[in-house]
Amino acid sequence: MAEVLVYVDHVDGAVRKPTLELLTLARRVGEPVAVALGAGAADTAATLAEHGAVKVLTHEAAEYADYLVVPKVDALQAAVAEVSPAAVLVPSSAEGKEIAARLALRLGSGIITDAVDLEAGDEGPVATQSVFAASFTTKSRVSKGTPVITVKPNSAAVEAAPAAGAVEALSVSFSAQATGTKVTGRTPRESTGRPELTEAAIVVSGGRGVNGAENFAIIESLADSLGAAVGASRAAVDAGWYPHTNQVGQTGKSVSPQLYIASGISGAIQHRAGMQTSKTIVAINKDAEAPIFDLVDYGVVGDLFDVVPALTEEIKTRKG
Amino acid sequence: MSLRIVVTVKYVPDATGDRHFADDLTVDRDDVDGLLSELDEYAVEQALQISENSDDDVEITVLTVGPEDAKDALRKALSMGADKAIHVEDDDIHGTDAIGTSLILAKAIEKAGYDLVVSGMASTDGTMGVVPALLAERLGVPQVTLLSEVSVEDGTVKGRRDGDAASENLEASLPAVVSVTDQSGEARYPSFKGIMAAKKKPVESWDLSDLDLEAEEVGLEGAYTTVDNAAERPARTAGTIVKDEGEGGKQLAEFLAGQKFI
Ligand SMILES: Cc1cc2nc3c(=O)[nH]c(=O)nc-3n(C[C@H](O)[C@H](O)[C@H](O)COP(=O)(O)OP(=O)(O)OC[C@H]3O[C@@H](n4cnc5c(N)ncnc54)[C@H](O)[C@@H]3O)c2cc1C
Ligand SMILES: Nc1ncnc2c1ncn2[C@@H]1O[C@H](COP(=O)(O)O)[C@@H](O)[C@H]1O
Repeated sequence: MAEVLVYVDHVDGAVRKPTLELLTLARRVGEPVAVALGAGAADTAATLAEHGAVKVLTHEAAEYADYLVVPKVDALQAAVAEVSPAAVLVPSSAEGKEIAARLALRLGSGIITDAVDLEAGDEGPVATQSVFAASFTTKSRVSKGTPVITVKPNSAAVEAAPAAGAVEALSVSFSAQATGTKVTGRTPRESTGRPELTEAAIVVSGGRGVNGAENFAIIESLADSLGAAVGASRAAVDAGWYPHTNQVGQTGKSVSPQLYIASGISGAIQHRAGMQTSKTIVAINKDAEAPIFDLVDYGVVGDLFDVVPALTEEIKTRKG
Repeated sequence: MSLRIVVTVKYVPDATGDRHFADDLTVDRDDVDGLLSELDEYAVEQALQISENSDDDVEITVLTVGPEDAKDALRKALSMGADKAIHVEDDDIHGTDAIGTSLILAKAIEKAGYDLVVSGMASTDGTMGVVPALLAERLGVPQVTLLSEVSVEDGTVKGRRDGDAASENLEASLPAVVSVTDQSGEARYPSFKGIMAAKKKPVESWDLSDLDLEAEEVGLEGAYTTVDNAAERPARTAGTIVKDEGEGGKQLAEFLAGQKFI
């Protein structure tokens, strides 16, 4: 069976969930060979093996942290040369898409970004994408070269599928371009203790209706009662009530949780673009005409300052 | 010293319109009103600010690859304050994918001459966010992308990239390709004076032969990806909507419990 390269997104050896989802999809197309780069690369192997990686190619070098994007492209290119894979899968983060694009260009291949599903086809892997703010679903494939495909978080279930996961050192020689863009400083984001927005099973979002940074506490309380991540509309972010990292929508994060709860959000097309593929959608809005109600499985027309705290109380009571 | 900035801007179908696909599964650009992609207005704005903060002699060229109507996007960028425009237009470009678009743009940027390329974070129709990285790869210059803050001084571009895990400060020597996000600062509105001045600014038209490109290298035929199928997502089935008369929170909890979320 052909091998499929999977680019590993990890933080100091801790593999992030979207990579494990990629392994599930990769197994539909071939035998997953993982590529882990930078500090802690070898520490990823056990988790990757548990989820189906037959091999884990690793390379540690300071360049991966000190320079933007290109060193990782050089390494993936080296891995492709070594493995001759049937496809290369990369998690659809901002960086992942840039790495994938440059790799595709070097390989003379086509690139598909933001796939939400992947299956084997007669002419190579077929990717499902959700386009025009998720109002259309397309099926596409790469028609030239080795398919390079980036896949969004929450596109597949994480599955245990024990495999060898043998660690092999990848040899990489960096290109002249590798050191072009220097990272001169890095401020890690402080953890909120809540689940990662794009990975969460439940997302609770607030919009302009929340009416003030201090009021986001009631959105957070609801989120915490459900073990959810907190999201915000651009209107709330632009007003300075919540950080941009939590923005849901076209220019923020695109989320696809089991449950999305929108409070005080009207449902503009750019907001829909980032949440329309959620499995169950719930909204609380005082305007019965708000477009968000066209999307909901359950909607409450009412004041969020009444409904949200009452909901949080009820959830706490039920959970005991 | 002089600094030549090329801003890449895309003419896109209005996101609030009824966007759909044409019979050949390309984006229908005829039936829906188009406009300068809002996300590229941020690129024009940052180019103008770099120019305003510079002691150098700065020339800003806006560049688009697109159909006849794409001139509207150029006109808007010129009325915001860009100096001149280049429109790459050719019937054979129809259906070009990201890899092909980056080829055309790179050729045009090289022909125009540049020290700095400024792009938007993503187009609002394709939303791939890959063209700036592809341009850097093709031009063989540093990519300094997805910046929420950017400045240019003494031949060096600096910027801040707010990523998921960290906020990074980046630095590269010119020539370079930059892309800016919608966090980089509101784009200005064209003034009346700007709109009048734009009418006299030069707009050059180039076709594929001006860029030494063959029809087979681009377009639907030359594409590296194939769309086999596009289907409108079925409308979500109408949900239950209740009016809060004191019990809304409880009713919602009941629904969530029924769905096993509680
Ligand atoms: C290029 C571009 C990119 C964009 N990207 C994004 C993006 O990524 N994400 C995004 O969200 N937007 C994005 N937008 C902006 C988008 O168009 C909307 O402006 C934005 O989503 C509106 O946010 P909102 O729903 O919170 O505010 P509004 O549209 O003002 O809606 C507020 C809602 O709150 C309700 N409300 C008010 N008070 C209460 C109360 N007490 N109780 C209950 N309900 C109440 C109101 O009835 C109203 O429906 C983008 C726009 C552009 C042009
Ligand atoms: N046809 C085009 N003409 C000019 N610039 C473009 C074109 N397509 C993409 N771009 C530029 O590349 C950026 C990212 O686009 P994309 O990779 O398509 O999401 C846009 O914000 C533009 O600056």
